[in-house]
Amino acid sequence: MTIPINWYLLVAAGLFSIGLYGVLSRRNAIGILMGIELMLNAVNINLIAFWRYLDPVRMTGQVFAIFVFTVAAAEVAVGLALVIAIYRNRDTIVIEEIDLLKE
Amino acid sequence: MQEFFFSLTWLVPVFPFLAFIIIILFTQKNNKLSHSISIGSMVLSWLLGWGVVFSAITTPHLGEHPFRITIPWFPTGTSTFDIGIWVDPLMAVTLFMVPFVCLMIFIYSVGYMGYGTDEVDPHYSRFFAYIALFATGMLGLVISENLLTLFISWEIMGLCSYLLIGFWFQKNYKDPNKITPRQAGLKAFLVTKVGDLFLMLGILYLYSQAGSLSYADTLFNHEFLKQLASTPALPIFGGWSAASAIAALMFGGAVGKSAQFPLHVWLPDAMEGPTPVSALIHAATMVSAGVFLVARIFPLLNVVVELDHTNPAMGLIAFIGAFTAIFSSLIAVAQKDIKGVLAFSTISQLGYMIAALGIGAYVAGTFHLITHAFFKALLFMGSGSVIIGCHHEQDMMEMGGLKDKMPRTFWTFLAGGLALSGFPLITAGFWSKDEILAHAWHEFLHQGVISWPFFVWLLLTIAAFITAFYTARQISLTFLGKPRGHHAEHAHETPNTMTVPLILLAFFALTLGFVGIPEEIVGQGNNWLHNFIGHEYAATPLSIPIMLLSGSLAIGGLGIGWLVYGRKPLLQGEMDPLEQGMKKIRLGWLYEAMRNKFYFDELYQVIFIQGSIKLAEIFYNFDYKWVVDPFINLIARVSRGISDLLNQFDEKVVDGLVNLTGLSGITLADLSGVTDNKVVDGLVNGIADMTGWVGEKVLSPIQTGKVQNYLLIALISMLAIIGIYLVY
Repeated sequence: MTIPINWYLLVAAGLFSIGLYGVLSRRNAIGILMGIELMLNAVNINLIAFWRYLDPVRMTGQVFAIFVFTVAAAEVAVGLALVIAIYRNRDTIVIEEIDLLKE
Repeated sequence: MQEFFFSLTWLVPVFPFLAFIIIILFTQKNNKLSHSISIGSMVLSWLLGWGVVFSAITTPHLGEHPFRITIPWFPTGTSTFDIGIWVDPLMAVTLFMVPFVCLMIFIYSVGYMGYGTDEVDPHYSRFFAYIALFATGMLGLVISENLLTLFISWEIMGLCSYLLIGFWFQKNYKDPNKITPRQAGLKAFLVTKVGDLFLMLGILYLYSQAGSLSYADTLFNHEFLKQLASTPALPIFGGWSAASAIAALMFGGAVGKSAQFPLHVWLPDAMEGPTPVSALIHAATMVSAGVFLVARIFPLLNVVVELDHTNPAMGLIAFIGAFTAIFSSLIAVAQKDIKGVLAFSTISQLGYMIAALGIGAYVAGTFHLITHAFFKALLFMGSGSVIIGCHHEQDMMEMGGLKDKMPRTFWTFLAGGLALSGFPLITAGFWSKDEILAHAWHEFLHQGVISWPFFVWLLLTIAAFITAFYTARQISLTFLGKPRGHHAEHAHETPNTMTVPLILLAFFALTLGFVGIPEEIVGQGNNWLHNFIGHEYAATPLSIPIMLLSGSLAIGGLGIGWLVYGRKPLLQGEMDPLEQGMKKIRLGWLYEAMRNKFYFDELYQVIFIQGSIKLAEIFYNFDYKWVVDPFINLIARVSRGISDLLNQFDEKVVDGLVNLTGLSGITLADLSGVTDNKVVDGLVNGIADMTGWVGEKVLSPIQTGKVQNYLLIALISMLAIIGIYLVY
């Protein structure tokens, strides 16, 4: 008895949607970063599920997931550093007030 | 020593040539320097020339082994033309005569051209340049080793002859029938050119047979000559051998140069030149060149005789020579111009030489060539002296009584005249003329009555008598009696520059004959001239009756001449007694004919000159009136019509088309301009406007600078893309 792949995909889709909602609706930059992490992990679940069910002999799915972790970690490090730098300059991390890209 | 002189022979013509160059280029203005250079160069040539001559005389067996130096001149593909010198007996005896006579005449010219007087010739220096160039030609001809350089020298002399006859080119006469020096020069040049053409043909013919023009390869190559004598000539010569044909063609050159019938007409008119020129060119040297040429090609004539015992070319030569001799001596009798008599006498004496060569009398012909050059130069210079003494009077009828006024001229002229008429024993002319007559007589005995030597002998004997007669006439009319004109009354002896050469020449005119006295008189083997130049030909045997005959004819002719003209001297205005006498016996017409040179000038005038003019008119009409011009005009008219048509076509059709194209172009350009302005510009502007509008209205508001807006747009775009992907 195995769990069908759809279940994993549904879980991953749900997780992705929660992350997306967080990214789009949160005003706090930290929250947005957290939403992004959720989306990345949803992708990871998908990667592992497809590997396990479709091509378990080769390790491409696992290796890809490890890459994503690494990238996510780096991204968080950079993102948090940026948030701290912005905070130090402007005394805020509310994303709506940070519209420097418009300039 | 001999080798030394021989090897310097080439310098002989070089000296006068240098003199010519120097005078023409540098010293024209200075009369004294010019004549000094000219005479100086001639002295050098004379000394060197006589050095060569005496070396040649002392060289044993020169005839068998002529001295020859050649250097390559120019290559012609298969062979090379050489230039060089040739020393043989004929050359030596001619070289004895030429530079000496030239030198005498050069010196004489100083006086004749009026040096140091008021009447000095305006072109004095030029005269000396020309005669120096002439001497170059003559000496070059004598020493040359091949027929090519001979021909070149020959033509140099022709040129000089032309220049010098026409030397007084500005002279005009009132009488339009009297030939001017200009015309005379042209006449001489053109008439001799007729002969030169034959000479050139002969040389070319020889070259085509031998492949060389060197004497050593042709004229003195006995094997080649024999082969030539047995080769049939071109068909145009009938059955002659090539040797005869070549000799006859080359003889044509001699006919022109030595003024033989029928090309004799130029020589009398050549007397229009200054008298030294007449003496130098038209008596002593240049006219002898023709005889020299015939003597030069004598081996070519003789070889045919050796094979066939008879040679038609020699018959031709003998006939022309003998005929010329008698015919021109008859003319000489009736001439009034002192130089005219001598001119015809020259033609007559040249006829003697030619006739002599034509009957095989090689030695006698050459002998007469040399002696004649001396005494005829003497006579001409004597007549020149008379002319100067009589202030340029040339008509003998106006002279007379000059014996006491001009003694030196008279005595030297007498010596020359005696030599010319062949006065026995003491003159050169006697020995040479007698040898010719003796040879003709001998040949006649050998061949019989109807042979041409008989006619030659007969004609020459009669001519000898006439010669003596006209000589006596000339001397009597000029020097004896009383002066018949005021010029003669005031005559004076000429300067020493003129009389000294006369005396020197007179010496040779009297004594030169002693080199050729027949063996029968001076002893076996003592005929020096024969031993020297004619060792390979049999000596002419002495014939006492002939010698007596020719001696008595000379004395008889002189005596009758003296009886007619000298015993009872002519008075002023009196008619020539010969004319009177001939009119009495109804021979007046003959005298007229003789005085008018048997109308040859008029005959040639009608045949050749008028003929040429008629021919020219025919060609003119052919060209301008009958054929060529009308034809060309026709072509021109047709072309013109065609071009008119084409012009119409051009203007109407082509121009129309071009204009149409132009108009269409303009219209199209207008259209294109409109399109450009309206459509293209509109499009460009529209795009620009639209871009501006999109940027302003659409894209600018999107750029809020808010990250979540960007993300939302990315999401929507993503969904839209996925939606599109799913639908299709």
